[in-house]
Amino acid sequence: MPLGPLPAAVPPSWYLTLSAILFALGVLGFLLRRNIITVFMSIELMLNAVNLSFVTFSYVLKRNDGHIFSFFVMVVAAAEAAVGLAIILTVFKNRQTLEIDEVSSLKN
Amino acid sequence: MDALLFMIFAAIAVICGINLVVQTHPISSALSLVGVMGALAALYLLLGGEFIAAAQLVVYAGAIMVLFVFVIMLLNAGTEKKMVVRPLGKYLGAPFLLIFFGMIAYMIQRILPASSPVVFGAFQGGTAAEIGRSLFTVYLLPFEVTSVLILIAILGAIVLARKEVD
Repeated sequence: MPLGPLPAAVPPSWYLTLSAILFALGVLGFLLRRNIITVFMSIELMLNAVNLSFVTFSYVLKRNDGHIFSFFVMVVAAAEAAVGLAIILTVFKNRQTLEIDEVSSLKN
Repeated sequence: MDALLFMIFAAIAVICGINLVVQTHPISSALSLVGVMGALAALYLLLGGEFIAAAQLVVYAGAIMVLFVFVIMLLNAGTEKKMVVRPLGKYLGAPFLLIFFGMIAYMIQRILPASSPVVFGAFQGGTAAEIGRSLFTVYLLPFEVTSVLILIAILGAIVLARKEVD
């Protein structure tokens, strides 16, 4: 099908590039944001980017082990979100703030 | 057609990812993350991961993000403070980031050998039947350990959340 310069199908390396870009954006959000919930969401973005790599390699190798692995990553992310949000709730109850710079007891 | 679909969903994912980092209100970031997850689910489908795509939508975009939005609403999280950006980072940050992304793309294209393009339907190992077969034969022990992990996470979350402030 003629789509100008766009090929009919893209190679797997494009998927891996997208995964790397999303991971870099997650790292950026993790480092730049000051809201503890946004920092936590950046971690989820990084996990998603890695999952895309797993599924892409699964396609390249024609095995479904990558799918199983990304399934386990999802499960661990669910457990992590439950515990992490409970910790955020406790921190907010104790300190009435969500700014990560104001929660620095371990620093001193 | 496959390339067009990849382009559309990759663009959605990257734009939503940038929006997640740029937005100052947590709710906007959370909705952007839902967009990233939905686009990634479509990409999983293109790669032949039917089960993973469904699980992505149900577990991530459904359960985990609802938990996030629920906590944001519960804590009434507002806009975060404006961060201090030095002029160097303000004007050179975005160009350097684009150069970095270009380098990543170039490296991956160089390292990976030229493989056949991704065609929808070429890989059939990602159906629920195949995943279930692997999960209950080769990966049985990790699967069972995962159930213990989930149990511990539930108990930990309950213990943490019901602790009274003294």
